[in-house]
Amino acid sequence: MSCTQIDNGCSNSAEATKTDLRTKEKKCSWASYMTNSPTVIVMIGLPARGKTYMSKKLTRYLNWIGVPTKVFNLGVYRREAVRAYKSYDFFRHDNEDAMRIRKQCALVALKDVKKYLSVEGGQIAVFDATNTTRERRDLILSFVKENAYKVFFVESVCDDPEVIAANILEVKVSSPDYPERHRERVMDDFLKRIECYKVTYQPIDPDDYDKDLSFIKVINVGRRFLVNRVQDYIQSKIVYYLMNIQVHSHSIYLCRHGESDHNVEGRIGGDSELSPRGKQFSHALRDFIEEHELSDLKVWTSQLRRTIQTAEELCVPYEQWKILNEIDAGVCEEMTYEMIENTFPEEFALRDQDKYHYRYPGGESYQDLVQRLEPVIMELERQGNVLVICHQAVMRCLLAYFLDESAEDLPYMKCPLHTILKLTPVAYGCKVELFYLNVEAVNTHRDRTLVSPSGLS
Amino acid sequence: MRGSSVTKLTHKPDRAVCMTNCPTLIVTVGLPARGKTYISKKLTRYLNWIGVPTREFNVGQYRRDFVKIYKSFEFFSPDNEEGLKIRQQCASAALNDVRQYLTEEGGQVAVFDATNTTRERRETIIQFAEQNGFKVFFVESVCEDPDVIKENIVQVKLSSPDYTNCNTEEAVEDFLKRIKCYENSYETLDEVLDRDLSYIKIMDVGQRYMVNRVLDHIQSRIVYYLMNIHITPRSIYLCRHGESELNVNGRIGGDSGITPRGKAFGKKLSQFLETQGISDLKVWTSQMKRTIQTAEALNVPYEQWKVLNEIDAGVCEEMMYEEIQDHYPLEFALRDQDKYRYRYPKGESYEDLVQRLEPVIMELERQENVLVVCHQAVMRCLLAYFLDKTAEELPYLKCPLHTVLKLTPVAYGCKVESICLNVESVNTHRERPENVEVSRMSKEALLTVPAHQ
Repeated sequence: MSCTQIDNGCSNSAEATKTDLRTKEKKCSWASYMTNSPTVIVMIGLPARGKTYMSKKLTRYLNWIGVPTKVFNLGVYRREAVRAYKSYDFFRHDNEDAMRIRKQCALVALKDVKKYLSVEGGQIAVFDATNTTRERRDLILSFVKENAYKVFFVESVCDDPEVIAANILEVKVSSPDYPERHRERVMDDFLKRIECYKVTYQPIDPDDYDKDLSFIKVINVGRRFLVNRVQDYIQSKIVYYLMNIQVHSHSIYLCRHGESDHNVEGRIGGDSELSPRGKQFSHALRDFIEEHELSDLKVWTSQLRRTIQTAEELCVPYEQWKILNEIDAGVCEEMTYEMIENTFPEEFALRDQDKYHYRYPGGESYQDLVQRLEPVIMELERQGNVLVICHQAVMRCLLAYFLDESAEDLPYMKCPLHTILKLTPVAYGCKVELFYLNVEAVNTHRDRTLVSPSGLS
Repeated sequence: MRGSSVTKLTHKPDRAVCMTNCPTLIVTVGLPARGKTYISKKLTRYLNWIGVPTREFNVGQYRRDFVKIYKSFEFFSPDNEEGLKIRQQCASAALNDVRQYLTEEGGQVAVFDATNTTRERRETIIQFAEQNGFKVFFVESVCEDPDVIKENIVQVKLSSPDYTNCNTEEAVEDFLKRIKCYENSYETLDEVLDRDLSYIKIMDVGQRYMVNRVLDHIQSRIVYYLMNIHITPRSIYLCRHGESELNVNGRIGGDSGITPRGKAFGKKLSQFLETQGISDLKVWTSQMKRTIQTAEALNVPYEQWKVLNEIDAGVCEEMMYEEIQDHYPLEFALRDQDKYRYRYPKGESYEDLVQRLEPVIMELERQENVLVVCHQAVMRCLLAYFLDKTAEELPYLKCPLHTVLKLTPVAYGCKVESICLNVESVNTHRERPENVEVSRMSKEALLTVPAHQ
């Protein structure tokens, strides 16, 4: 009995046609496969401790590595139930009406969690709320037990008033709760809101009450962590990720190598050199870096000539990563799309049907690429300002991580030559700025094609 | 072509700049029998395998070299001034060697394995590190479970040179008294007092961790590794796929099916596993036909890892060694000169393979009983990790077809049992020939090629 990915025809694979085998190739990623039971991640912490920031980032990361994950933010449910937010009074622990509404919202949210995990094929649900009382957490624990889910707590503890104030300014001032956006009023009301929670806050007690729970306590924005009873693969990955993300304002610059000789000929893959226009781009890139006064900029390239040659022109130290190499097109390496269509018409059609999962014979798929790029993402999270000079498919995968693009859209993202994308973290997401360096280049982008049911063009 | 000749001839590591810019000093902290040496040795082995030159310096070893004969726990008594002086000297000697290793011998990480239980001692080390421009990362192991401590003592202390002339009871009794000597002055790493230090505190054999101020990539990798290892008894089984069609013809790489003898191996493997009576065995294969077909014979669920695929021989895929010598004599010679780093044109090197196998190693550490059905080069890389082989030895490790290696962690290392399942097969092992010069004759190059059809 083989595992779920390839069916029993496999032992006769020598006889099975290539296409048969490959259409049954695994669709779910390794990470998804390793996540055996649904898991609820429960955030804990006073307001303005970065719970939503971590929830969204974690969710984006897990989805990118192929583990279906969704955030359930209690604030959103509360705003649905109580149309107009008046003031922090709503959050006073002696406000019985409000307490009832808030509990009701939690129950509705948990119901949606159940639907997502048990019916809709989700694997991880992130329950983003303060969850500051033992009573609330016990409620969640019995819910989780009832449904045979695993549970992992993420508590954010912070006592640095500057960090908290910065948080409030960054994300609360623009919250739907404060439409007039008057800074001082917001700050004042929000700080009072926090006080309401403090009265009943029962932090995770690792030595006694909560010693059997699986959790990570993030202290002072990642200065310190306390990790307890990690149960499995996915919790171990979550812990590793949370321990590597930083809250900072650094920027990541993504671009492709300068135009290459193969680009000009319309050939994919290979290891060709820069064309004259590609060389021009490298010079423009050098000017760009000087203009933007990027101090301490780290430069990464792949181990293919065209990215290395581009970096050489910058006259700064750079690091070569083999895993940044372009997607391996296997038997189609160095062919033009016309040649592929003529030589391998079935392959050509298959690719258009499911570009993300399609694997070139003897080569890779976008899904494989995401798996091999994971260490790059982890390191980008740890680093400061970085310029990554890479390739079309690679850049699409990295961009998809930062911009939270789905597997369907990833392979069609536009990453033109001679254009730099600057990504800067802002609030809960990423600001993107495009810089076209005014050096002409061929267009290597192939749009989504309308595929007929027979799959052949 | 990929992996251009420039990167081939001059050794360029996968990342031209090292992970660590200044050397790192890892300092263990903890009472005796808390697993410090176990962690030190394992961590050292892992870091060396992923290409970070690392060495451990065990102060107990320095003490044994100095004080030829160990008499009793009294040596460690806090009132024993003579003993204290000697121990201090040993620590200094060890730190001296650390300095030499990190500044002159090209080491990147040194693991200073000692109790280091007082703040005063740790402060000395911090100053030493500061003077020399080393980063410091503490690894503390805290455990109060008497069963775990007893098991430690039995596994590694009884066989220590300190206790060669004692029976079990005497040794255990003496060691427990030794631990007592440290207890009174033990200052554990404190959340407040030590808040500016970088450290991981491992509690109760990994049930809980406290991690403080991780500064850089190497520390982050170390933390991740330490959080994934465990000491639950288990065995790892490594074997290659059953003999393949291409094997028989002396060809490398490719994606052929298995021969009838290969199928027979699959059956024998299934029988063998049954005799092992393993609970909950996980089976992993690559995504190549020959490993999958082998696993099919086992009639158990198995998981396919693309990263377990055989080394990509690029332009030499599916060639016989004779053909490689014919078409690419230069490449063939270069490979013999530095088989670990040599990358096939449009293919991979052993060094690349190690990097892509790292997640497998990490997952093997997390798991318990696992059977990995893989390939010759892949198996060599995995084996090198478990048996602490160097980059020079790795590409020549013997991994014959139809043989299972059973690895069982024991004490500080790994017990290896080689089980040949008695199914005939070709030999695919090519030893390093004597003449590796580019100018050599074909005959000399092909001297060590194993027989084939």
